[in-house]
Amino acid sequence: MAKAQGLTWTVEDADSMTQAEVYGEVLTQIGQQNPKVVALTADLAKSTKIGRFGEVIPERFYNFGIAEANMIAVASGMAETGLIPVVSTFATFASMRAAEFVRTDLCYQKRNVKIIATHSGTSFGTAGTTHHCTEDLSIMRTFAGMTVIAPADAYETARAVAAAIEIEGPVYIRIGRGFEPPLHKSMDFDFEVGKAIELREGTDVTVIATGVTVVHAVEAADRAREQGVSVRVLDMHTIKPLDVDAVVRAVKDTRRIITVEDHSTIGGLGTAVADAIAASGKGCAFKKLGYQDQFSIVGYPEDLLHLYKLDGDGILEAIGLILKQDFEQDEDWEDEI
Amino acid sequence: MLQDAERKTLQDTARRLRERIIEVTYSCGGAHVGGAMSQHDLLIALYYKYLRIDPRNPRWEDRDRFVLSKGHGGVGHAVILADKGFYDTKLLDDFNKTGSPFGMHLDWLKVPGVDVSTGSLGHGLPLALGMALGGRQQGRDYRVYCVMSDGELQEGSVWEAAMAAAQFKATNLTAFVDRNKLSLDGPTESIMALEPLDKKFEAFGWRVLSIDGHDYDAICEAIETAHAETGRPVMIIADTIKGKGVDYMENQTAWHYGGLDNDMRDRALASVRRMK
Repeated sequence: MAKAQGLTWTVEDADSMTQAEVYGEVLTQIGQQNPKVVALTADLAKSTKIGRFGEVIPERFYNFGIAEANMIAVASGMAETGLIPVVSTFATFASMRAAEFVRTDLCYQKRNVKIIATHSGTSFGTAGTTHHCTEDLSIMRTFAGMTVIAPADAYETARAVAAAIEIEGPVYIRIGRGFEPPLHKSMDFDFEVGKAIELREGTDVTVIATGVTVVHAVEAADRAREQGVSVRVLDMHTIKPLDVDAVVRAVKDTRRIITVEDHSTIGGLGTAVADAIAASGKGCAFKKLGYQDQFSIVGYPEDLLHLYKLDGDGILEAIGLILKQDFEQDEDWEDEI
Repeated sequence: MLQDAERKTLQDTARRLRERIIEVTYSCGGAHVGGAMSQHDLLIALYYKYLRIDPRNPRWEDRDRFVLSKGHGGVGHAVILADKGFYDTKLLDDFNKTGSPFGMHLDWLKVPGVDVSTGSLGHGLPLALGMALGGRQQGRDYRVYCVMSDGELQEGSVWEAAMAAAQFKATNLTAFVDRNKLSLDGPTESIMALEPLDKKFEAFGWRVLSIDGHDYDAICEAIETAHAETGRPVMIIADTIKGKGVDYMENQTAWHYGGLDNDMRDRALASVRRMK
């Protein structure tokens, strides 16, 4: 079993636990094993589920009230003393309210702090645009030295949190509100930061998805297969460092790529993949799914993913469109790869 | 009260290093010399009487931490760290030059003896609080000192940290305000008033001491009072003079930042040499 380093706790029933609850349990177990881990939140202990850590290890739990900038800088100071602070708040506040503190106090200063940003994308749909966060992947990946991970489900979140503790330096983990459907069946799968997981083999189109959209990409691929279209699905859980090899292989093998993210199409997964494709020097048909330079509206998360064409229906439609898209063939490809 | 000999040693050291600040400001093309002079006596008292540090082991786990939250005072800090032996003072000849470890705002990854990288205002107090809480969490007895400018108190994050330091009773944290009353655009009170500053910090749960920031007896007494405090963090509001020691710079907004020609340098050095 590809077990996470040091993690003995196993998710028994992800169907009845949210992504955030799983992360709360995993972090608590890591905290029990590693006395250097401290947990910080900004009056969102209950919502983010980091409060579980506080119930079990209150002497290493800090609630800073509704003051995210201060919390990030304090975490930087704590890391200077050798602690491993894990900070949890909503993605919108971690990535934007406190952005300059994340950049200057964590990344520039190379501090060993982990941010678990919950309620990302439109997962807190009914709360409206102030509580949606469709910009964080873009912002976080521009900060030098930041590792950026968007796990697809609760099991992957557990693996990502355990892996993040082992990384020396700042890590941003982006999860949803916690009601996302599970992708994996257990915690027993190969998970490595910076390595995409190929969930479906395919030769006609590659769908590269991240976070909550991965499970929808799998659904779209399975439905496409019934129509005779062979779709590769990559779970690109790590946005930075990006698995460039997996992207270039997809260009070579399928020549048609769709990216899907519960995020703006500007600066996130789609942009990172586009950079990799452009740098490869090879042409391919390419389509980015996400929020198209727009603020998302109020609604239930599953409705919003459908509305913005990020669910199975939307991805399947994009697969149909990209199959018709022309691109310049490159006769020299085999010589150069 | 300090012994006369100790007071004189501190004053002599301060004067000698004020001259170095002027020399570096001259050679590097320009620096925040006004604020470096106003903060100077606070730093001298800390570095030459109180800080538990080892220049041969700059990352010693149990050392006291010092955060220059007003990172633009870095020229003054750099001169002191060189004098303490953290690095060769000749390195300061390259201050501001491309590729030099030394620039306007010091970076802990480049300059031995610097505990955190500052420059963006409003970060130092929460960074220092994190170090204080981290030390307490791990049962270490070191102290954390933080020197802020007065202008930076206009940043909201300072007050977020002020609330948190009181909430967590961070008595191993001692903070200072270098209250020179001038920021880049002019007097703080006409731009965005800070007064009554002592009452603000008191209302936020701090013990506040107001002192003359150029009087070593007052500075040392305040620091020792802070050491003895067991219930609250202590804020020392140090009434200071921007450009202190250089007659033509004192209380002049224009000397927030500046460069020196030969004549200015000579007049500045002569003025400092006339100080007590």
